Amino acid sequence: MSEWWSYRLGSFLLFSQRTYGSLVASYNAELWPLQTVLVTLGLAALVVAGRSRSPLHARWVWLLLGGAWCWVAWAFHFSRFSTINWAAPTLAWVFALQGLALLWAGAVRPGLVFQPRSPARSALGVGVVVVALLAWPLVGLGLGRPWAQAESFGSFPDPTAIATLGFLTLAPRAPAWLMAIPLAAGALGLAMAWALQAAAA
Amino acid sequence: MPLPLHSTDRRTLLRHGLMLGAAGMLPAHAQPRREPPPPASQPSASASASASPAPAPAAVATVRTRPIPGSAEPLPLVGLGSWITFNVGNDPAARAQCADVMQAFFSAGGKLIDCSPMYGSSQEVIGHGLRSRGTLARVFSADKVWVSPAARGPAQIDTSASRWGVPRFDLLQVHNLLSWEDHLVTLFAMKAAGRLRYVGISTSEGRRHAELEQIMRSQPLDFVQLTYSLRDRRVEERILPLAQERGIAVIANRPFEQGDLLRTLARHPLPAWAAELQCGSWAQFALKFVISHPAVTCAIPATTRVDHVRENLAAATGRLPDAAARARMAAHTDKLL
Repeated sequence: MSEWWSYRLGSFLLFSQRTYGSLVASYNAELWPLQTVLVTLGLAALVVAGRSRSPLHARWVWLLLGGAWCWVAWAFHFSRFSTINWAAPTLAWVFALQGLALLWAGAVRPGLVFQPRSPARSALGVGVVVVALLAWPLVGLGLGRPWAQAESFGSFPDPTAIATLGFLTLAPRAPAWLMAIPLAAGALGLAMAWALQAAAA
Repeated sequence: MPLPLHSTDRRTLLRHGLMLGAAGMLPAHAQPRREPPPPASQPSASASASASPAPAPAAVATVRTRPIPGSAEPLPLVGLGSWITFNVGNDPAARAQCADVMQAFFSAGGKLIDCSPMYGSSQEVIGHGLRSRGTLARVFSADKVWVSPAARGPAQIDTSASRWGVPRFDLLQVHNLLSWEDHLVTLFAMKAAGRLRYVGISTSEGRRHAELEQIMRSQPLDFVQLTYSLRDRRVEERILPLAQERGIAVIANRPFEQGDLLRTLARHPLPAWAAELQCGSWAQFALKFVISHPAVTCAIPATTRVDHVRENLAAATGRLPDAAARARMAAHTDKLL
């Protein structure tokens, strides 16, 4: 890509906010009420990560997270986002890879537990997970979008990535490489959201 | 030739009448776009996407054309772009709306629709519009090849044609000069074999103009697509004169800069002398400036609205500014931007 400096974030947008919002609303309507189940499971996982020292309980948390990434890969990226974004199939593979990595590192291999950890680490991790599970769906409302376009954990990339970063923070022995894709996905999602909002302004 | 008269909008009258205290006075200010005429009935929001578009104005003036230099085939000065606007995926209501825009575009005298494999689902949406409204025979199909290595070009072109539903394209352009050397070999071979009518290349937002110029000098191109707008006039210095010299048709993309230009201009009143040029809005002012350049064959604004596509085609009717008027338009807007 020559003259890369002449490109803005908006140069990479393939679709309008209206089109993306319509796709999100349609996806939510098809999934309902699975979103509430997934967020509830996420909250239960947070309780487990916050209190339990059991390796078996920890495995269930990583099973949930790995499964969520695989679900988002197929249900959102591959099946729906790909209809307006030719890069979505690639994103689907990346999300599936992260899902499998979490399943392998946390659910298959022993030892990725949530204790012991410092109070600061606890506060940070819990805070990030709470934002992803409870606050993120409200962001769209704050921007004037309808509730039908709310993005929630386990169904959409951004809150799933952010929640995962929170859970990884709560696991002191989590390898740093497990954070790479969630960080990149979160950054990409925020960039896209910013560009869409700017284009719609 | 006068512009088609649009019926006075009652909402506009009331709003401006209250402001001025004089009913029936329409100030020529702060309108990036004209208000659409009131519809015959008020469809519900849920039905609006599938309802028939509002009827066209009764008197439709003839859209001006300019000949494609290589063939003298007349091409309407305003075409239709599809970047972002037609990438609506599988949403039935949005697809129907795009089909409405296309139908209104053809009814108003438009021909050229431009697309690319890079534009997501836009090709399929165009194909849907052409099939569902029976307008396949009316389109001048302009698409692009955008893949590397160039050996994958023919397969991509076949896929694109299938999505459009056309047996062959009228124009294929190498998108953003990607692998242009090898793609041009393919396209010229297709043209020689009668499987393509015109060959071109495209850039946008002023990128790679030096290379573009080199290609224009060395290759027997039929078309070049570039960005040209009231604010971005970089191509006037070298590229547009070169196109005239070489007999290359010019498609001007981003005449409204994806709406950003119009939003900026909307903060200022349309100059009173714009009426002399038969411009009823900043959109028509900006579009007439672009299409009045003698080197420009067609401008391709994109839109999702039937009233806007009609307004765009109306800019290609009636009076076009001459060189002096163009200079005045540029000088005026330079002070505003």
